[in-house]
Amino acid sequence: MDNPVVEVEGLCYAYGDREALAGVTFTVSRGEIFGFLGPNGGGKTTLFKVLSTLRPPTVGRVRVFGHDLARAPDAVRMRLGVVFQDPSLDLKLTVMENLLHHGHLYGLWGQALQSRAREVLEGLGLGDRARDLVETLSGGLRRRTELAKVLVHRPELLIMDEPSTGLDPGARQEFSAYLRRLRQQDGVTILLTTHLIEEAEQCDRVGFLHEGRVVAIGEPDALKGTVGGDVIVIDAHNPKELQGKMRDRFGCDAVLVDGSLRVERPCGHEFVREVVEAFPGAVKSAAFGRPTLEDVFIRLAGRRLWSNEA
Amino acid sequence: MKHSESYVRFLLPVVTLWWREMVRFCRQRSRLVGAFGQPLLFWILLGGGFSASFRPPGLPEGTGYLEYFYPGIIALILLFTAIFATISIVEDRREGFLQAVLVAPVGRTSIVLGQALGGTTLALLQGMLFLLLAPAAGISLTVLSTLGAIGVMILVSFGLTNLGLMIAWRMDSTQGFHAIMNLILIPIWLLSGAFFPASGLPVWLQWVMKINPLTYGVAALRGCLYLGNPAAAGQVPPLLPSLVLTALFGLVAFVAAAGVARRSAA
Repeated sequence: MDNPVVEVEGLCYAYGDREALAGVTFTVSRGEIFGFLGPNGGGKTTLFKVLSTLRPPTVGRVRVFGHDLARAPDAVRMRLGVVFQDPSLDLKLTVMENLLHHGHLYGLWGQALQSRAREVLEGLGLGDRARDLVETLSGGLRRRTELAKVLVHRPELLIMDEPSTGLDPGARQEFSAYLRRLRQQDGVTILLTTHLIEEAEQCDRVGFLHEGRVVAIGEPDALKGTVGGDVIVIDAHNPKELQGKMRDRFGCDAVLVDGSLRVERPCGHEFVREVVEAFPGAVKSAAFGRPTLEDVFIRLAGRRLWSNEA
Repeated sequence: MKHSESYVRFLLPVVTLWWREMVRFCRQRSRLVGAFGQPLLFWILLGGGFSASFRPPGLPEGTGYLEYFYPGIIALILLFTAIFATISIVEDRREGFLQAVLVAPVGRTSIVLGQALGGTTLALLQGMLFLLLAPAAGISLTVLSTLGAIGVMILVSFGLTNLGLMIAWRMDSTQGFHAIMNLILIPIWLLSGAFFPASGLPVWLQWVMKINPLTYGVAALRGCLYLGNPAAAGQVPPLLPSLVLTALFGLVAFVAAAGVARRSAA
């Protein structure tokens, strides 16, 4: 019965000759926390710009709350909360003044706006900071103020570009706990982009964005399930040579990523022992573990999320 | 809680953007020094320096260069304030503040009007402060001429701020803006009759001054300052047409700035 909040179909976007999005299709349901994971330059920021109504979609269809984004951006804007990667706060204004200014832009004013702003600040533990100038706040508090500001007009859909940039791990945990509470209490739908594995693991569903395409989409556990068994990473003195030897001996295709060999096998610990014993002296170090979302990405894209070559 | 009336939807953003400019200005004192102190210094140094050797042609006996230069310096104050206001728009964009405004359900025309009125108010306040120095220039103001001068200052600074906005909405760095400022905005001021009168100049320069919209702003300002004694204003375009042209310049600049903002990609 529930229509999806976000429906994207065949979205392409190019800057001149450079194609940033090459046919992106996905949907996000009401109350879902959806994360786009991908390397920098994979198209995340462009997708964010289109969804936040900063850039009109040219090719393909984007519907938010059933409205066509290209034709009726204002109908979408009222119900949308956008958290930018760059802080959008005015440093010379106080926390409260920033919130009031934001409310005015969304047509709120007077007593109703005042009490709503105070309510949001209390909810985020910023109640005693209302009169502080934003430039005097720490990075973590500014980030929280940023979120408070966006919540003033009660958005039904939050779109966030790398929201936990600049937060320490503790603050990041707190932030994602708050997002889940927001979803639970107010039924807010959340779409975020990230390059952090841990942040993506917290989402209900994850989409991988690579070279302007969605290469995989699904629940984190289901995605990790596509990797067979354990992931074994071997550093060798001569990786190319060992790759060939392993193929001959074990019939397995080890993938060379950033100078390391990666193999997916059940019972990783046994395989590590077998390799080390079969090729004495060839292995510098070996590790194995349960697959992470990054392993899924490497399997799909043949490169790490954070690669020196990128 | 949600007010859907269209006038609220148009005016609320205008007011809040204007108000923000006021608050920011009050918290950045250095801007006042920059926009007021520098022209004051120019007036005293250039005006004082030139008055010994240079007497503008076409002025009645007894009018020194310091007095001639005085309305020109008011125009310079308005120009500087407009430029500062415009630079702050470029910074807003770079720092991300403007992005948040652009994704709000607010029309670009509202945004530009708020920015323009903010810049105009700041320019006007500083222009009025400088108006207090009129007696020092040898100009005696009446209530009527003061009100007239204030009215002209509003029109001129609205036009100049919008001219600046038109440029700023296309820019993404303040460096680019400085180049434009030196190539376009300062020459507009230099060739407006603020610094020297048109009479006696080569014909092509006279023509440049004739098509320069600020020429009529400065002329209108002179006309208002010498409301009771038009002859003292020297050979400038007459007051009424100057006023009309200045108002028209403000309107055209605003429409153009709003147009640029609407077409500008975020």
